[in-house]
Amino acid sequence: MAVLLILPFVAIYGLVFIYPTIKMFILSFTDAPLIGAGDWVGLENYERLPRDRRFHTALWNTFYFVALTVIPGTLVALVISLGINRLKGRLQSLVLALFFLPYILPVSVVYLIWDWTLNFQFGIAMHLFDWAGADRIPVFKSTAWFMPAVGFVTIWWTAGFSILLFLAGRRAIPEEIYEAASLDNSGSWSTFSRVTWPLMWPVTALVSTIQLILQLKIFDQVYLFSQGGRPNDNLVLVYYVFQRAFQSNQGGRAAAVAVVLFVIVIVVSVLNFQLTRLSGGRRK
Amino acid sequence: MNPTRIHRINMAGLAITLITVIAAVLWAFPLYWGVVSSLKPEDEVVRPYVELWPQTLTFSHYVHALTQTQIGIWYLNSVATAVGVTFVTVASSLFCGYAISQLEFPFRRALWWLILASFMVPIQTLIINHFELIAGMGLLNSWTGIILPQLIHPVVIIVYKQFFDNVPKDFREAAVMDNASEWRILTRIYIPMNWGVTTALSIVTFIWAWNSFLWPFLAVTKTEMMTITVGITQVSDAFGVYYARELSAAVLAGLPVALAYLVFQRKVTQAITLSAGIKG
Repeated sequence: MAVLLILPFVAIYGLVFIYPTIKMFILSFTDAPLIGAGDWVGLENYERLPRDRRFHTALWNTFYFVALTVIPGTLVALVISLGINRLKGRLQSLVLALFFLPYILPVSVVYLIWDWTLNFQFGIAMHLFDWAGADRIPVFKSTAWFMPAVGFVTIWWTAGFSILLFLAGRRAIPEEIYEAASLDNSGSWSTFSRVTWPLMWPVTALVSTIQLILQLKIFDQVYLFSQGGRPNDNLVLVYYVFQRAFQSNQGGRAAAVAVVLFVIVIVVSVLNFQLTRLSGGRRK
Repeated sequence: MNPTRIHRINMAGLAITLITVIAAVLWAFPLYWGVVSSLKPEDEVVRPYVELWPQTLTFSHYVHALTQTQIGIWYLNSVATAVGVTFVTVASSLFCGYAISQLEFPFRRALWWLILASFMVPIQTLIINHFELIAGMGLLNSWTGIILPQLIHPVVIIVYKQFFDNVPKDFREAAVMDNASEWRILTRIYIPMNWGVTTALSIVTFIWAWNSFLWPFLAVTKTEMMTITVGITQVSDAFGVYYARELSAAVLAGLPVALAYLVFQRKVTQAITLSAGIKG
């Protein structure tokens, strides 16, 4: 009985998860094209990477993107969630829905909406530039503005998720603690810094690591906003894997890049797991 | 506390409330702007000043998108693949989660650790080998080919295991005394007691599958097999540089998931907090 119950899941996992993962490692030691066999080349694909300029761009941009989104996105979500938490009843649900709605939409819709909002000629956001007396900027066509702009859109798109987790974390704090704090005549800043912030810390750590792992794997937004722009300046790691494999037909070299990202994400996840375990142990 | 202090706190509280509400409106404004722009005639859209409401309200872009483009068939592809992903993921995770939670079998702990470990693996790095696999099976440009690599959602099985673990053991013992089979115990006790979590997980899995971009984008080369999220960004000649038309396509693509969220708000937020490892 147990075998029958686990069989569908195990079969699917073997086929689309275990098998491709093992194949990816093997592929990275060959010079195979996207489809078809290749010769064993040992570590050659990896030895190329330190000299590969596009790999440098991709690695740097990925970390840059992480820096632009993870901590700022977490803080924005924290502030918004504290604001929402003060609201009551229907107003609270309405405001939460307004912040949350973008998160539920497909990346393509987010792309079309912001491509329109920030359109150089007709975008409504460009009126803000005019109004401020600044020159309009074709944000997605300029290398300097591309990552910050995509980072901004990404924060807008994904903040709803973090806000939800922060709200759950805030509701888990017993109200008695706040009553005690107000009896002690604690001001709103000291209540925040002595009560809310320390008790929200575990959720903050959770939200920022989820964000970190998510943003390391970024592809969709960068690809979409790069269309008609300068993809080679905007490369991120997944994009580079895609480019090597699907545009240059070099499966082996692409797999080596994929393995690098694979290892980065696993290392970050394991570190995070150990850290939460350590701090959890201390709290007990 | 003296009265002026209470007064000051109330003023500050009111200010924070006001700022939050204004921020929420500004936050959602691009969505509103996208919808309003899609309801304007093309010449009104490109006027050099801001009009928050169309002078001439028109649904012509929607009529165009629905009748003159392939959006209908993209809708069908999206619905079929998202339903497929949801059904297979939820069903296989439910059975396997039940087995891991309630039954004894060899390698049970190993399987559980494998599932937890797979939680960390970045699926995006597997695209090359997914492509090779699906191409080798001759499934590129097919619904099955779009569905298969999207079936890895370890979160669903992890949530199911937690919920099954929490069903009181008395129910199981009573059923065993009545000589009920495992299948009966699962279908008469464990599934009915957890309908709520099944609905919540199904809704979010559907939303995830509907929204997925990278794999459907790679697995499909023929325009008539595209899902809607891929089609509206890849087939620009269908819409040209008609901004309002493009936005009407975006609204059509986002509508099903936006409605799913607005109708099942509580379920969606519950499933999403659960998927992050917080008990809702």
